[in-house]
Amino acid sequence: MLGWFYKMTKGPIPIYLLLLIAWVALYISLAPLADLIVSFLPVDPASHLGEAIAFFIYDTPKVLLLLSAVVFVMGIINTWFTPERTRSLLAGRSLGLANVLAASLGIVTPFCSCSAVPLFIGFVQAGVPLGVTFSFLIAAPMVNEIALTLLFGLFGWKIALLYLGLGLMVAIFGGLLLGRMNLEKHLEKWVQDIPAKQLSFESEKVAFSQRLTAGSLAVKDVVGKVWVYILLGIGVGAFIHGYVPENFMASFMGKEAWWSVPLAVLIGIPMYSSAAGIIPVVQALLAKGAALGTALAFMMSVVALSLPEMIILRKVLTVRLIGVFISIVASGILLVGLIFNLVL
Amino acid sequence: MLRVKVLGGGCTNCKVTYRLIEELAQARGVAVQLEKVEDFQEIMAYDVMSTPCVVIDETVVHRGGLPSREQVESWLADR
Repeated sequence: MLGWFYKMTKGPIPIYLLLLIAWVALYISLAPLADLIVSFLPVDPASHLGEAIAFFIYDTPKVLLLLSAVVFVMGIINTWFTPERTRSLLAGRSLGLANVLAASLGIVTPFCSCSAVPLFIGFVQAGVPLGVTFSFLIAAPMVNEIALTLLFGLFGWKIALLYLGLGLMVAIFGGLLLGRMNLEKHLEKWVQDIPAKQLSFESEKVAFSQRLTAGSLAVKDVVGKVWVYILLGIGVGAFIHGYVPENFMASFMGKEAWWSVPLAVLIGIPMYSSAAGIIPVVQALLAKGAALGTALAFMMSVVALSLPEMIILRKVLTVRLIGVFISIVASGILLVGLIFNLVL
Repeated sequence: MLRVKVLGGGCTNCKVTYRLIEELAQARGVAVQLEKVEDFQEIMAYDVMSTPCVVIDETVVHRGGLPSREQVESWLADR
């Protein structure tokens, strides 16, 4: 124990502790700080402009702080869940619980859609059933820490949890269904011909300081990429917050307009955006009175299915299999949106 | 001559990785034969599951995600 503690203090750990303290202090003082800044501005805090500015000044650092913390922690967690380890956890299992496992691993395994093909082949080659592989492929882009943090920061923990639960459901049941359809023969010929491989997985020894470095790198990489979208999203939110009358969108994206859910899903399929990029739109839709189910279905559809990813997957799947894949995922998302609007 | 391959389907990260190696090799005056491998059958021969990957003299030295500047420099310095 002491030896471990010694090693911790020898590395750059004290710096991380200081950062943590600074983070907490900053986070706690955000609300009073924002009030203070607004009170110095030459605008009436009760006016539209005042409200919009207050919203922007408070929410921007809040979401950026939250995101940095979550991405840092996930960057560390990711070092344990390399694609190779995830594959060895899933290999040789049969449909069912393995789909639940695959969808959950989709959250913690680092994934970018350009890795979809090597990952897909690596899984299939190692004897991970096709349905299980699909569960992973559906969950990985859709349910991720960035989407969840942004939803939490901007719309609260209930919506974030709902997105998490429903996203996992779509991935689990979509994969199960695809697995039952015996689609192996619709893989591209060269993929079918790849010989099965015996796995040997040895986890590499990684020092904890290396994991911390991975976390910092993730923050630099991810937050460096998505801050623009967040600013945009909160800007849109701030504007709506102060100016647009409520229920502006209710008539054509509200609960009564049932057709808005399939429309939202259809529009979302070819669109390509990261979770961060779509947040401004969701923000706008929700604030203007669009139904929650419709907005979430739109977001899922944009993030989970996209034209570029399908073009990449076309290298291993036949057009027919891609069609089946899209239809099943889209139907799942559609169902989620419809049920949501019905229940809430 | 260092034989360096960047494996990846051609996404942004792969391109940035390629450019980073090109740039640092030039800056240090290390002679490299840099090659992009975008064909998935060829990529899979290296038994990798995430891209971009960097292969130096047929050994995979990096898999998945952007390599840091320091990493690239260490590959170039080792020779």
